[in-house]
Amino acid sequence: MSTQRQSVKDIVTAPAAGQAALLQALLAVQDASPENYVSEEAVNEIAHLLGISRSRVYSTASFYSVISLKPRGRHIVRVCINAPCENAGKQAVLAALEQELGVGLGCTTPDGRFTLEGVSCLGACYMSPAIKIDNQLYGDLTAEAAVAIIRRCREEENIGHTA
Amino acid sequence: MGTQLDSAKSVFRLGLFRDFPTLMHYRDFGGYQALAKALAGSPEAVIGDIGAAGLRGRGGAAFPTAAKLQMVRDNPPGERYVICNADEGEPGTFKDRFIMTHIPFQLLEGMTIAAYAVGAAQGFIYIRHEYPEAQETMRRAIAAARAAGLLGGDILGSGFSFDIEIFSGAGSYLCGEETALLSSIEGKKGRPRLKPPYPTQSGLWGRPTLINNVETLANIPPIVDRGPDWYRALGTADSHGTKLISLSGDVVRRGLYEVPFGTTFREIIDNCGGGVRQGRLKAVNIGGASGVVVPPWELDCPLEYSACGQHGITIGSGAVFVMDDSRSILENVRNRVDFFLHESCGKCTPCREGLRQAGRIIHRLLAGNAVLADIDNLERYTRTMQNAAFCGLGQAAGNSLISSLKYFRGEYEAMCRDRGEAAPKEATA
Ligand SMILES: Cc1cc2nc3c(=O)[nH]c(=O)nc-3n(C[C@H](O)[C@H](O)[C@H](O)COP(=O)(O)O)c2cc1C
Ligand code: SF4
Ligand code: FES
Repeated sequence: MSTQRQSVKDIVTAPAAGQAALLQALLAVQDASPENYVSEEAVNEIAHLLGISRSRVYSTASFYSVISLKPRGRHIVRVCINAPCENAGKQAVLAALEQELGVGLGCTTPDGRFTLEGVSCLGACYMSPAIKIDNQLYGDLTAEAAVAIIRRCREEENIGHTA
Repeated sequence: MGTQLDSAKSVFRLGLFRDFPTLMHYRDFGGYQALAKALAGSPEAVIGDIGAAGLRGRGGAAFPTAAKLQMVRDNPPGERYVICNADEGEPGTFKDRFIMTHIPFQLLEGMTIAAYAVGAAQGFIYIRHEYPEAQETMRRAIAAARAAGLLGGDILGSGFSFDIEIFSGAGSYLCGEETALLSSIEGKKGRPRLKPPYPTQSGLWGRPTLINNVETLANIPPIVDRGPDWYRALGTADSHGTKLISLSGDVVRRGLYEVPFGTTFREIIDNCGGGVRQGRLKAVNIGGASGVVVPPWELDCPLEYSACGQHGITIGSGAVFVMDDSRSILENVRNRVDFFLHESCGKCTPCREGLRQAGRIIHRLLAGNAVLADIDNLERYTRTMQNAAFCGLGQAAGNSLISSLKYFRGEYEAMCRDRGEAAPKEATA
């Protein structure tokens, strides 16, 4: 707990936070959270450090779809839902991901590994259908390729844990 | 990716820079000559060159760039800002991402020249959250430019100082609208503000602010370096220079293409894209989700501001999305309405309610439960939204609806329960 508090402070008061602090602080705090979200304590701390009200922090946080106020999985799987990807076979990719992960859009797998989300255009429509897992982009996907990617993610994480 | 223009006729020379976004490489190809030239002359001379080149904004509204620079410059002395709009939220568009990942220094150089022209010392690049790789490349490019004395204090020994910070968006399409973007940087909800005052007078933290699209700013170095005459010669009498086209959908070669103004949409699809992959061409969506849906016979229209205006075509961000004859117009329109419904901030009724009603009718049509009168209602709601919405999101949200109703009404009518009663038989076949 105290390390989490410390890190919020480090992020919000870092020189890189610059003048335009609130939204960047929320994003950085979320990125630093293993559960990919901004906790209530973090909101309180950001409000305190920036000298603004908690409701102001909540108001900004709730406007932006990327910011989550609820815990999410360690990895966010984002499926592009805009027209170029939809026409190129997004539905089959999404269905395969839902089946492989055992959860629907907006939900987190029971093991806390993955959250499946819909996202607007990833700027990858030259290789639609496209998805993003954390910061990694994948394009020209088929249902089989999408499933293979998830399985590889799991394996890599398992290796990471035992190493 | 894609075929590229001969570099003597290209503003972006993307072919040269594929995987080499290093400062040294950029300078080897003449990078930062324009900045040196600009700093050796007056800010007015820079604005003069951009005006003579006839550069217009590439973020959608096609506003003359020199006029905007002049408006910011004309403010009483004091702090002012330059903001690069890299929110690129228009579905089907990826040109700004490529500029940032392939020629980041050209963008930085353009921003620095623009800052010199308006007298700004601080800049921001607002990059959408979906583009972490572009944020990372731009951060590294800024650090390299600083280390080389091309950003920061006393740039190239000229006494002019300018620095740039990256600001990440957080998944809101609306934040690409310039006043919503300002609110977002200020740490508020990304909702649009009333204009006037325009950002050129009262922008970020109430200070005069220049906001330009990535592609607009990246046009500046070649204009200053090679001169307005060279630039004007690239396009047509009406529209100068080149345009980046994000080509997607049912073509053989999807990708990013730089084409001179005056190229027709058919040439873009056939020559750049290699034509339709299979089946026949049915419709093309030009300008992203906020753009129009047009049939093949409109494609001989040249990419040119006046001609496109006459044909009711929105160049917008330069997204060209091709649909073959296996595609349902209604499904594609539904996708766009759902998109806008999700992105609308709900501040004004015409947009919020108009989209909700439009969404209901489209879903009813697709379920086979609509009647012909629904189509007229759909058209009415859409027109109200276009005319009465507070900001550009609601105003443009109806473009695909209205254009598809104009060109593909038969497809709407064919989905109605009472189609046999009013529509002519052949239209429902
Ligand atoms: C809903 C909405 C979204 C927009 N998104 C973008 C965007 O992602 N990028 C952009 O450059 N301009 C966008 N614009 C246009 C900007 O408001 C503004 O006109 C533009 O950044 C000005 O730059 P320019 O003169 O270089 O085109 C958007 C406008 C609206 C109404
Ligand atoms: S038009 Fe839509 S997005 Fe714009 S202010 Fe109104 S509700 Fe918000
Ligand atoms: S529409 Fe999916 S990446 Fe652009």
